[in-house]
Formats: sequence, C-alpha cells, structure tokens
Amino acid sequence: MLVPLVLVISFLAFCLVRVAPGGPFDKERAPASPDIERNLKAKYHLDEPLWQQYLRFVGIGYEKRDGEWRAFEGGLVRGDFGPSLKYRNHSVNDIIAQGLPVSLSLGMLSFCFALGFGIPVGVWTAVRRGRWQDHVGSFFSILAVCIPAFVLGPVLIVLLGIKWPVFPVGLWGGPWHVILPAIALGTYFAGKVSRLTREGMSQTLQSDFITTARAKGVSERSIILRHALREGLLPVVTYSGPLLADLLVGSFVVENLFQIPGIGVFLVNSSINRDYTMVVGLVILYSVMLLTLNLVVDAVYGLLDKRVKYG
Amino acid sequence: MAEAAHQSGQALGQALETGESPNRRAWLRFRDNRPAVVATVFLLALLVLALAWPLLSSQGDMHSESQFAAPSGSHWFGTDVHGRDLFGRVLAGTRISLMVGLVGALVSLVIGVLWGATAGFLGGRWDNLLMRTVDMLYSLPSIIFVIVIITTLEEVLQGWLQAAFGGDGGETARMLLLYAGLGAVSWLTMARIVRGQVLALRERQFVEAARSLGLGTRAILWRHILPNVFGVVIVYLTLTLPAVILYESFLSYLGLGIQPPRASLGSLIAEGAKQINPIRVYWWMIVFPAGCLAALLMALNFLGDGLRDVFDPKADKES
Repeated sequence: MLVPLVLVISFLAFCLVRVAPGGPFDKERAPASPDIERNLKAKYHLDEPLWQQYLRFVGIGYEKRDGEWRAFEGGLVRGDFGPSLKYRNHSVNDIIAQGLPVSLSLGMLSFCFALGFGIPVGVWTAVRRGRWQDHVGSFFSILAVCIPAFVLGPVLIVLLGIKWPVFPVGLWGGPWHVILPAIALGTYFAGKVSRLTREGMSQTLQSDFITTARAKGVSERSIILRHALREGLLPVVTYSGPLLADLLVGSFVVENLFQIPGIGVFLVNSSINRDYTMVVGLVILYSVMLLTLNLVVDAVYGLLDKRVKYG
Repeated sequence: MAEAAHQSGQALGQALETGESPNRRAWLRFRDNRPAVVATVFLLALLVLALAWPLLSSQGDMHSESQFAAPSGSHWFGTDVHGRDLFGRVLAGTRISLMVGLVGALVSLVIGVLWGATAGFLGGRWDNLLMRTVDMLYSLPSIIFVIVIITTLEEVLQGWLQAAFGGDGGETARMLLLYAGLGAVSWLTMARIVRGQVLALRERQFVEAARSLGLGTRAILWRHILPNVFGVVIVYLTLTLPAVILYESFLSYLGLGIQPPRASLGSLIAEGAKQINPIRVYWWMIVFPAGCLAALLMALNFLGDGLRDVFDPKADKES
C-alpha cells in the first residue's frame, strides 16, 4: 500500500509545483537570454511533455541516447531524486544527506521534550482534575499552544542568548547549541500532548474498570500508572505519528532563527524558488516518513490496547 | 466558588427537571464554565475595541519623528521603525487576524462539511474515493499547497478584479487568496469529523423513518442529518479559528501573508523579530503583538473548550 500511495503523492506534488507560474531559472543574476534559458531547460529536460518528465523522474522508460534506445539512468526507482535546479552541482540526495541528520537530531530531541513535559503534566492535571493543580497545569498547556515558535524563539534568544548568555544564540555545534532550538520547537507540541493526555486520562479514569480496580483496593499509584495510562495515552500515540514526521523533516522557522543547517529551510525555499526536483524529493521524504510512522503507531496501538484487531 | 458551582449545579438540575429546552440547558452549563465566560467577555471587548479604535484615533497609520520610542503616556505600546503608534497597529493587526481567521475557518467549514457529509452519506465506493483523497492530501506538506495556490492564482485574480472593478485590485486579490489558501489546508480534519458523524447518524432510526416516508437524499441530508452535526461542527470551528490565525501569522512571518503597510499580528511580530540585535533590544515591538496574539488565541481556545463541554454528550458524566 505504501508504494502506490507514495507514487500518487509524488505525482500530485510534481504537477502542483509545475502549475505555478514562473520557473526555476527566473531569479538568475543576469536575466537569461532566451537561448540560454532554452539550453538550461533542455539540460534538465524541462522542455519535454509533463508525463515524460514524470517517467524520467521515476526512472521507468527509455530515451534515445547516443543514437540508441536506452533505459533512463537514475530516477526514483534507483533511489535518486535527481539534480537540484537551484543549487547547481548539488543533487537533491546530497542536500538531503547533509541536512537530514541535523533535522533528525533536533526533531528527535524536541519530540522527547514534548513527550517528557506533556505526558507528566497531562497525567497530573487529569488526576487532580478540578483542583488548583489542574487549573495551573491546564493554563500553561493552553499558553504553550498559543505561543508559536517564531515568538518563543526570539524571546529565548534575547533572554538566554543575549541578556544572560547561557546558551549560544545560533549555529550548530556541540550539545549546547541544541537546547534553545529544541525548546522553541517543542513547547507548542508539549502543550498539545499535555492537553491530549489530560483528555484521554480523565475519560479513562471515569470508566468502569478503574472503578472496579479501586473497589478491589488497588493502590492509586498503580491504578494510574499500570491501568489508566495504558488506555489514556492512546490519543497521544495517535498524534505522535504525524507529530514526529513533522518534527523530523525540520522546521523552517526554528532553523531560520537559529541558523541551523537542516532541511526544514529547503522545503519552503524550494517551493518559492520553483526548485521542482527539490520540492518533489522533500515531499516524498515527508510522506514516506509519515506513512511509515503511522504504521508504527498502529503497531503500538495493538500493543497498548489488546482489543484492537487487525483483520 | 464551590458554593456558586453548587448553586448553578442545582440550577442545571432544575432545568433538567422542568424540561427546559436543550439550548437553555447548554447555556446554563456554559455559564458555569468560568474560563469560557471570561474568554467570551474578553473576546467581545477586544473585538469592540479593535473595530472602534480607528474612529477614536487616527494615530495608527501616522508616521512620526519619534522612531523606536519606548512605551509612554502618549504611545502606550511605544512606536515602531516608522514612528507609528504600536497600540493602534496592534489593534489593526488584531482586526485583520480575526477577520482572516474567521473567513478562513468558514471556508474550511463549507468545504469540510460538504465533503465529509457527501462521503458519509453516499458511503461505499464514493466514500472510499473521497476519504482516500483526504488521506493523500494529509500526507502532502500543507505549506507547499498554500504557496502554490497563492502564487498561481494571484495574477489571474488580480487581472480579473481589475477588469471587473477597476483600480489596482492587488490587495484584494491577496486577501481573497489568503482566505482560500488557509481554508484549503484546514478543511481536512473537519471533513473527517463530519463524515464520522454522518456515518453514525445515517443508521439511526429517524433517518430510516424519513427515508421510508419518501424523502429525497438532499432533503434528508439538509433537514435531518446536518442539523444534528451542527454541535460538533461549531465546536470544531472554534478550535479551527485559532489554528487558522496561527497559520496566517506564520505565513505573514514568511512574507506570504498580509503585505505592508497593512498589518496582522504575525507580520507585526515578524517586524519586531527583525529588530533583535545584541546592541539594543526594542522589546515592546515583539512583546505587545506576541502578547496580544497569545491572549487572543488563548481566549479562543478557552471558548472552544467551553463549547465542547456543552455540546459533547460525554460531558454529562462528569458533574
């Protein structure tokens, strides 16, 4: 199911970016003469009909080369996204290979931050539902959801980078460089996770099996940690798939603010620059990640909730 | 406070006993939710202030000599790079952010409800087709979608507006596209929710009764199914609103949204963030717009939560 879905998505993205007016060579330093532009287009095969370009991108088909019909070289089936149209001399694979590890580690850390803060706060507010701990916790969760990264980022930079220089203000190096961006990126999601946890937990805590466990004299600690958490976390598990996919491919805002060499910046820039191959490559990367993570989520679901059956 | 809650709980009980209408019961329950009521009052006050401010003062758009003035008696929130009064700018930004959020959320409402209701009601192959499309759109990064929509249609729409109404038309075109783009990326969840609801409602007996009485598909959908989906839709709409506002501010931050000299809260924050440097910190340029955005979003979230507690049948269990 994964492969046809990715193919359809890549085709959609492929057509979508080409519908937009303008091309990848519009912003050349000197306005390209028609001849030069025609040569550029020919070099990257942009003068062919769309379906042919797509087949070439996927890598299935034949072309006339050196007077003979030969199969396409490269292409998606061989794991090759092709050359970038904006950053000449770099293939899309190169750029992804350079930026992805950075975005992956930042995303992973933000994910841990979001879950590490979100789940405990969510459980705590659900258990203390209606008391002051709940009000304080819920207030901060909502506050976290209402402060976007492009507000939190500058504030963190000004306070912890400039006024009290505890952390470096940007760039990518040692572990110290990761902390501020991870907080800026993760806070929003921590609030979201905490709200989901609170909702799931407070519904679970009202269900009959919890009452039964209480009646049997199971300790409150064990009720929460061993019985309720298993079911109360299901909404968070569902949300984790798309969340992780979003975080792992990087964030434009955070990478831009902290000058981090990840791939989040490329997603926005390439679609503004009409860097066709780059856009499609990144879209495929994102959708493969999302679909795979959703499969993982389903598996975890089955582990947590024994009632789920896969037919 | 406990006493007040107890009393209003009694009021609710009485309402139940005396057979008050569901709407009245909903109102009574909503009134008990203090954060939601405070949020509503705050939103109304902010709305009135934002709408009335241009009548009270024309300071907002006026350039003056005092650039980057700190907050003071004459400029409550300080001034920006052109010496404009930030208080007026923030209110103007609030007005635009709210309007973009409202229209964007409404666009997503229309698409989502139509799409979801059609899928849920027709079922079978159509359902499969429509919902797989939604799945597919989910796995496309939305930002690409928005950028393509805005850039593709901008010139077309601008030319069309010029021909139809005269004048430049660029600004109107940009706003319309912003609405369309924001609506186009935020309807997916709405479609899923509505489809689930319709799927459940379709099997209920009153729908069967309507069908056996000979009502057509459209009449059943309009008169019987959609009114029952209304509560859930309203709740989700109030939760979409802050999401759309947030997305718009993100787009304005990228420079794709509201264009200067107009301002939204997002573009004001972006302007403030641009002025960050190690030598001087013009903190008011970022704190006030960001604070206003956060307050606005929080109020909308509290309102949405309150409405959900009211309309969600599961909330009955709690009290």
